[in-house]
Amino acid sequence: MANQEFLRQLPGSDYHLKNRRGLLFRLHIDPILLVLILILSITGLLVLYSGSGESMVHVQKQAMRFMLAFVVMIVFAQLDPSVYRRWAPWLFAMGIMALGAVLVMGTGAKGAQRWLQLPGLPRFQPSEFMKLAVPMMVAWYLSERYLPPRFKNVLGSLVLIFMPVVLVIKQPDLGTSLLIAASGIFVLLLAGISGKLVGGFIALLAALIPAMWMFVMRDYQKQRVLTLIDPEKDPLGAGWNIIQSKTAIGSGGMTGKGWLEGTQSQLDFLPESHTDFIIAVLAEEFGFIGVALLVLLYVLIVARGLFIAVNAQDSFGRMLAGSLTLTFFVYVFVNIGMVSGLLPVVGVPLPLVSYGGTSIVTLMAAFGVLMSIHTHKKMLGK
Amino acid sequence: MLLIIVMAAILVFRVYYLQVVDYDHYTTLSDKNRMQLQSVAPTRGLIYDRNGVLLADNQPVFSVSIVKERVEDLQQTIANIGRIIELSDEQIKSFDRRLSNRRKPYDPVPLKSKLTEREIARLSVQRHLLPGVEVEAELVRNYPFGELMAHMLGYVGRINIKELKRVDSTNYSATNYIGKLGVENFYEDVLHGKVGHQTVETNARGRVLRVLDQVPPLPGRDITLSIDVRLQQVAVDAMNGQRGAVVAIDPVTGGILALVSTPSFDPNLFVTGIDHKSYAALRDSLDIPLFNRALKGQYPPGSTIKPIIGLAGLDTATVNRQTKIKDPGWYQLKNDDRFYRDWKRYGHGVVDLFDSIAQSCDTFFYDMAFKLGVDRMSLYLDKFGIGSRTAIDIDEDRSGILPSRAWKKGSKGLPWFPGDSLNMGIGQGFMLATPLQLATATAVLANRGRWHRPHLAQGISQGINQDESVEIPRMHDTDPADVILNNPDDWNYILGSMKAVMHGKKGTARGSGRNSSYKMAGKTGTAQVVGIKQGELYDADALAERHRDHALFIGFAPYEMPKIAVAVIVENGGGGSRAAAPVARKIFDAWVLDFPEPNKEETSSHMIFKTNSGHEHTGAPSIPQEHIHTHG
Repeated sequence: MANQEFLRQLPGSDYHLKNRRGLLFRLHIDPILLVLILILSITGLLVLYSGSGESMVHVQKQAMRFMLAFVVMIVFAQLDPSVYRRWAPWLFAMGIMALGAVLVMGTGAKGAQRWLQLPGLPRFQPSEFMKLAVPMMVAWYLSERYLPPRFKNVLGSLVLIFMPVVLVIKQPDLGTSLLIAASGIFVLLLAGISGKLVGGFIALLAALIPAMWMFVMRDYQKQRVLTLIDPEKDPLGAGWNIIQSKTAIGSGGMTGKGWLEGTQSQLDFLPESHTDFIIAVLAEEFGFIGVALLVLLYVLIVARGLFIAVNAQDSFGRMLAGSLTLTFFVYVFVNIGMVSGLLPVVGVPLPLVSYGGTSIVTLMAAFGVLMSIHTHKKMLGK
Repeated sequence: MLLIIVMAAILVFRVYYLQVVDYDHYTTLSDKNRMQLQSVAPTRGLIYDRNGVLLADNQPVFSVSIVKERVEDLQQTIANIGRIIELSDEQIKSFDRRLSNRRKPYDPVPLKSKLTEREIARLSVQRHLLPGVEVEAELVRNYPFGELMAHMLGYVGRINIKELKRVDSTNYSATNYIGKLGVENFYEDVLHGKVGHQTVETNARGRVLRVLDQVPPLPGRDITLSIDVRLQQVAVDAMNGQRGAVVAIDPVTGGILALVSTPSFDPNLFVTGIDHKSYAALRDSLDIPLFNRALKGQYPPGSTIKPIIGLAGLDTATVNRQTKIKDPGWYQLKNDDRFYRDWKRYGHGVVDLFDSIAQSCDTFFYDMAFKLGVDRMSLYLDKFGIGSRTAIDIDEDRSGILPSRAWKKGSKGLPWFPGDSLNMGIGQGFMLATPLQLATATAVLANRGRWHRPHLAQGISQGINQDESVEIPRMHDTDPADVILNNPDDWNYILGSMKAVMHGKKGTARGSGRNSSYKMAGKTGTAQVVGIKQGELYDADALAERHRDHALFIGFAPYEMPKIAVAVIVENGGGGSRAAAPVARKIFDAWVLDFPEPNKEETSSHMIFKTNSGHEHTGAPSIPQEHIHTHG
């Protein structure tokens, strides 16, 4: 103790700094990502306080979730990427079984079964788990084979992706299924499949859309798409959300109405103002400047994630890190897109800002995986 | 990475488009969302009697209403409310009816009113489960005297579509009730007041959070009626459950002191909507309680018009004070084999005009009517307001029938026969008059020809805002021409004969004039309900109750300085002297003896209503000279 005290007081000593960096290093934490995530979380809590109608209860609960999620992140960061690689098929298989179980014995609300309650385990959403398991599985599957992948492996990957996607659509949970599909497809793209295949794939997707409309999508989902095209058709019903969120955003102007001063959100005109539509609260109260800064923050996080992917040690790490990062951006894009009326309303939260536990834990776990890929490589490299 | 930046740029550009380019549009939308212009209903003016007794006031009543636009499943919501408080099918039906009426979106539609404390509490507890359901307090008209004043005050009720088209929709934007009948209807514009406005900030569920801006409503003016609620009660009690009407007028001002039509109904039932069963009971009752006999009942006036016909006879020199006839009990015209019977089977003997009024001799009047002819009788009856609607502030009264040659030609297509004149001379035949007309004519008689139009309102309060003006409705602006006789002393003669009705030895209403500390004047009347065939005798007992004669009485008191003129009709009461005159006596006693008026001037200085614009008062009427009459 006395010795440390002595060291700290030596002129020119950077002991303190070294110690902190050392601690982060030892914990396999990426400081840049950590700082960006912290800024985002604190911003999120501030907006949540306003969006929930100044509810300290909501903020406290959310803060607790953040703490739990940070622990999860740290735990995930400790594991070597090779562990994920080894466990990927098993995790995937477990996830598929869990999804199957959800359809049989799941619980939930509003006509959707998303939760699984197993004896002795906390209630959880297997579909959230698959957001991590699917990219791991596909990355494992492709990294075990020739890269860039051959056509039959691409097909194999697609089968792997669409198994869980179809199961999640059945729940039904369009938003999550899209995110799962995206995370898998990003792995494929990062694996370096040829432009022809991408073109063919897009063509196939285009052909699938009418089929989806006819056979897969439920009435309420179709309604959301129709609402996007013409929200004024039913301004008090299906169009209400989108009209109110656009009004909230638009009336914020350049600088916003001020924190806690947004009339749309404070007077309850804006629905889901603390969950999926929270960006509208931020836009109304902090204006265009606030939104632009938030988007910048997200872009920085994505940039850091892509940097980690590019510098990954192996193809598994590269594909997984890239996919997780891009999926994160899909969250951002779909959420802001739907709230601002560019995309149909699908249940995608604004990452690390929207109120709700599961997505935060999943996202932080993904950041943990990213950090694991980044920090373990460095350690091995030295 | 490039793709990421492009996509991020798309988002930023989209938000830029919403927040900067379309800023004005969305700001407007946002303000429209939260700010609502609400109308604030003015408080309806109160109605008082001449002594300041409250006749109509407003009381807070809680009702539950539904804003259809905020309710997801209307049927379900109504069912849910039905589980919390009792709802009748009737209430749900009338709710559906109101809902289908044209109305503004987001306007709450009342489902059930007059909630009890318990119901309010139960609804409040469940409020969070019932979005779009509101429990609201509103001021609802209340008539503390109920049946007693119903036919005069009328009542207010919920505005219907027809009325909504008629009224100024801005001024009534927050008003739920409108005067339907009586004073409430006639003075609707005065009582209603001016609507106020407020800009309020509401949340998405429509709850008002704060008032941003406000123009307060101007309450309606209060009205003081010339009615004395005590006298009204005396009159109703005197009617003792019989069907009929009483109208009492202050001859000095024309102010109506009592206006009774029995049976009556409870106006409070009509305010928030009467249920079907109660309404059917009122509507289908043989006693027609909803019918205002005092204003709309048209009766043959019978002998009550004899004083006026007598004046006509004197004034036209058709008869004079010396004219005498011998009454055998019947009268016959030349070339007509019909007997015109006197009510007294074997006649009154030798009588002059004075006796003929006091004893109500028909034969004298048959003879005089024949000589007068229809034209002159019509002329004089018209001078006293028979056949016309003379009240200032009553618009639902009927005009009765004042027969004339032209009238008979027009409505019957027949020429006037001398026999018609005979019937008219005793107030039978075609002639019909309302109790209001008879009371008015009596007041003019008591006033010796000076006219003061009858009216209900004695004063209207000044508005709070001096600049605010309300047009006070009136049916007439000037009084009819006073009745001026060639020989003013004829008043003494005729009024003296009316005094003899009450106090003379053979006066038909001497029973009712007995033992009084003051003198009164009157005239009885009996009006046939069914015609009696030639050769038949009238037998009251044999006739069904509803075919019995109507009993009538007109009169005023005190004789020397008339303070009250009344007309009484007791339907199927039999003779006027037996059934109607005692009612009038009780009213006279109450007014002359029991209710000495402290102040005859308009009750308070803030009243601006003048009872008569065409006239200037010349103080109290002169005391009539005692008519000296010598019996033969």
